[in-house]
Amino acid sequence: MISLYARRRAVNLVASTLMFVATAIGLFFLAWILWTTLKLGLHAMHWDLFVKDTPAPGTDGYGLRNAFVGSLILMVIALAIGVPVGLMAGTWLAEYGGRSRRANVVRFVNDIMLSAPSIEIGLFTYAILVAPMGHFSGLSGGVALAILMIPIIVRTTDEMLRLVAGEMREAAIALGAPMWQVVTQVTWKAARAGILTGILIALARISGETAPLLFTALNNQFYSTDLRHPIANLPVVIFQFAMSPYDNWQQMAWAAAFIAITFILVLNVCSRLILKGTVKRS
Amino acid sequence: MMPADAMPPVPGSASSADPPAKRGGAAIAADPPEPIVAKIAVRNLNFYYGKSRALKDISLEVPERRVTAFIGPSGCGKSTLLRTFNRMFELYHDQRAEGEVLLDGENILHSKTNVARIRSKIGMVFQKPTPFPMSIYDNIAFGIRLYEKLSRTELDARVEGCLRQAALWDEVKDKLTALGTSLSGGQQQRLCIARTIAVRPEVLLLDEPCSALDPISTAKIEELIYQLKSEYTVVIVTHNMQQAARASDYTAFMYLGELIEFDQTRRIFTAPRESRTEDYITGRFG
Repeated sequence: MISLYARRRAVNLVASTLMFVATAIGLFFLAWILWTTLKLGLHAMHWDLFVKDTPAPGTDGYGLRNAFVGSLILMVIALAIGVPVGLMAGTWLAEYGGRSRRANVVRFVNDIMLSAPSIEIGLFTYAILVAPMGHFSGLSGGVALAILMIPIIVRTTDEMLRLVAGEMREAAIALGAPMWQVVTQVTWKAARAGILTGILIALARISGETAPLLFTALNNQFYSTDLRHPIANLPVVIFQFAMSPYDNWQQMAWAAAFIAITFILVLNVCSRLILKGTVKRS
Repeated sequence: MMPADAMPPVPGSASSADPPAKRGGAAIAADPPEPIVAKIAVRNLNFYYGKSRALKDISLEVPERRVTAFIGPSGCGKSTLLRTFNRMFELYHDQRAEGEVLLDGENILHSKTNVARIRSKIGMVFQKPTPFPMSIYDNIAFGIRLYEKLSRTELDARVEGCLRQAALWDEVKDKLTALGTSLSGGQQQRLCIARTIAVRPEVLLLDEPCSALDPISTAKIEELIYQLKSEYTVVIVTHNMQQAARASDYTAFMYLGELIEFDQTRRIFTAPRESRTEDYITGRFG
């Protein structure tokens, strides 16, 4: 008997050591990335970044204003398309489709979309929007990001709604409420923290996407809010500036990377706080 | 098996003003002398989960303004029977009912019967308290708003009235804007009862309303059930035979999807006709 317990303890020790090491490796690289970005990014920060536009190649300027505004516009378009579509589709899956064959096919396709390489989404959007229009555009960039966003929102909405107790749904139906009111007034409310978290995670995910934007929004050296034409955005600016030979461009790339990573960090922390807040209240 | 003689008034019944304090034990609540009318009549009801038959040719009459209890071991079909009364089973596509369930003579199961109207007349309270994720006030107002357009003052009065009727008003009157989920389990269940009576139903279906509650909360709910039967027809499903004995006027004993015996509660518990009923209530099985 003693040897049985000794063996169990030894196995436990080995297993927990391995897990600890794995965690440490993951955290080490995360910390490294954050530290490098923080060090070089903070060094490159300057007020001009927010008030001046990206300079022409080989000139002295320093600014990212057009890229910030462009990224913001792209995100708004992506949210405007992605949230309603994702929310509706996820709601259909959880509330109407249930475990039916049709719903499971939709879930399967959605999972494929979820893991589709983003560059292919870019190519797809290029084919359906950029090629017919004849040129790159902010609109197509927003659409590409929305397509990336939708499967994430569908998945989280579906899962969060299915966590809502069936009894609550039945209780609302037993009062004679029609299904649409049950969904909009009861189950959405019950799952709102989870759904909102899913939207924030989706936003964090797309905010750093570069590949699809290379095929769609491209980049613009100048300030532009015209959705029919190329539009500046942070990821592509980071990509182009980091690879450039100009020192000030490289500095701006670090600053942009730092700001982008901070934005994603804030989004993730916010989504955590939202979830935690509701757990405490209920 | 058929409770043909289930309806006659209790011979030599006590006065109608039997106070709640006298209930319990063998002294089961006596019936008021008014005539007893069937509120819900079940006729040859069969129920299927897919291919398996869960209710076998059930016929019984639920008397108006009385408390009727459905008892029986797990899986005997008592909740299934209850859920046919408001067509709750229709949410699940593999569930099917055949036969008739008449509410004041109208067949609930008929496909042309408006299910929302039926559900406004037949309210249901579930095993687990199910407050909606909104304020205490809105939990009550939700149901009212489905059917009526009231002014703020009218709505306030209705909400207060329902909470008073559910014996919850004094505990929540200062925090009507707090979330319904912030209440204790017993309070949540009374909130659900208040929410159900807010739409002014005629029948209350209670599906094991106390099984998730502590004894004190259970006593409060039973007290409430006793109060409610002056206005509502109450049907309660319970695992707890003492509860059926304490709280109900009529008891139906079910076993394996069949209605074994249906009679006045005190007869079921003192002189059952069926040996299976006796075996169950004396704890020999189930």
